[in-house]
Amino acid sequence: MSNLNLTLKIWRQPSPDAPGAMHTYKVDNISTHMSFLEMLDVLNERLVKEGKEPVEFDYDCREGICGTCGLVINGVAHGPRKLTATCQLHMREFKDGDVITIEPWRANAFPVIKDLVVDRGAFDRIVAKGGYTSVNTGNARDANEIPIGKEDADKAFDAAACIGCAACVAACPNASASLFVSAKVAQYAHLPQGHPERERRVLKMVQQMDAEGFGNCSNHGECEAVCPKGISISNIALMRREYMKAALKTGAAVV
Amino acid sequence: MQQADKQMSRPGVLSAVLSIFNTSVGRKVITGLTGLGLVVFILGHLAGNLSLFIGAEAFNAYAHKLESLGPLLYVIEIGLLAVFVFHIVYAIAVTSQNKAARKAGYVQHGDAGKPSQKNLSSQTMIYTGLILAVFIVVHVVMFKFGPGMGSGYAYELHGEQVRDLHRLVVESFKNIWIVLGYCAVMLLMGVHIRHGFWSAFQSLGAYHPRYTRLIQSAGVLLAAALALGFFVLPIYIYLFVELPTV
Repeated sequence: MSNLNLTLKIWRQPSPDAPGAMHTYKVDNISTHMSFLEMLDVLNERLVKEGKEPVEFDYDCREGICGTCGLVINGVAHGPRKLTATCQLHMREFKDGDVITIEPWRANAFPVIKDLVVDRGAFDRIVAKGGYTSVNTGNARDANEIPIGKEDADKAFDAAACIGCAACVAACPNASASLFVSAKVAQYAHLPQGHPERERRVLKMVQQMDAEGFGNCSNHGECEAVCPKGISISNIALMRREYMKAALKTGAAVV
Repeated sequence: MQQADKQMSRPGVLSAVLSIFNTSVGRKVITGLTGLGLVVFILGHLAGNLSLFIGAEAFNAYAHKLESLGPLLYVIEIGLLAVFVFHIVYAIAVTSQNKAARKAGYVQHGDAGKPSQKNLSSQTMIYTGLILAVFIVVHVVMFKFGPGMGSGYAYELHGEQVRDLHRLVVESFKNIWIVLGYCAVMLLMGVHIRHGFWSAFQSLGAYHPRYTRLIQSAGVLLAAALALGFFVLPIYIYLFVELPTV
């Protein structure tokens, strides 16, 4: 395959409070075997050599499992390939001469720190509200002590596959965090582990989600389409059932 | 424990219970429930309208039957008004929050494709909804609070003088602009229900890997059927029904 010459339009913002703007860069001779982030590495190496500020972007494992990376590429979170995080997106998805727009996740709850890096601390604060299970201290219990049906285990695992990358928020027309929060609720809802916290978990996580300033879910389903782990919006329905059961039982939205 | 129970029963019980419906999940439960209620109402309304095809007597008899419900009619009307108000107020609140949740928008917008349900219908719910709300006010003023027996719109039904709603409807739909405006709004209603129907189920937590596909298809069919059903009547009147002689 021939190499690519590309035009990149990248959001540059020096600091959280400074105004940002789209800047245009040319990159030449990009191998189609490169990942998207490697392509940005090539750009950054050149910028550093030229004595310019490199483009800041988040990444860690570059294996599609850590959830750190995330760019909105041509208006789509994580770019054009389904079930793929930005780091696992390869340049063979693009054509020679393409103009590629690269923007950070956009949501009030995710303020831009610099360029393409946003602060996803809101997710950590949501998880802290209920993403835990109570366990007995002492010796570790036998792993297979509690029998769990295959179907339940599968559903719990499907939800637990969420890597917390926040592409769902970025893609949502309402900047809603419902898919993320529902996955964190659903991964426990199918299991006996975490049952003592079941009601307060969903109530507190929904409360924190709202407090962080995310939008409401309008069931566009765009989140599921960009999710690198294919988390289904069935989890959002489950979260709503869990919420209504818990709230009606409690008689309030908070415990 | 007793202490906690006592604290829970202090004043503010109502606000505590109402807080259930003031979260991102609770608000959508309200819009979903009221939305489905409105779909049921529209189905009933359409069924009643179809009596116009039978003739003036059938339609006027149907309208008279409704009006002679007396106090029960007021209860139904107040209930219906409440459903409309809750649906509209919550929808406006939800949408304004959604717009506010992303102040700095994207330079380029894209669509992720399947399995996304995002489409023209889902993205224009507030606009189609607001147009429908304005239409409903005009519609009620035009027909329900329009000229009655006092203005000569009287019809003799089994020896009894009743309101000649049939003549009012036929006269209205002999105006091509009313026909066009009415049909345009009915089209927007179909667009609204296209996303609204399945979305209401999802908002109420009713998702199933198989049934949801059926509900989505049913929503498309229902939207088309309702828009078409309301379309046919004014066009039929405009083209085929004779203006009644007074």
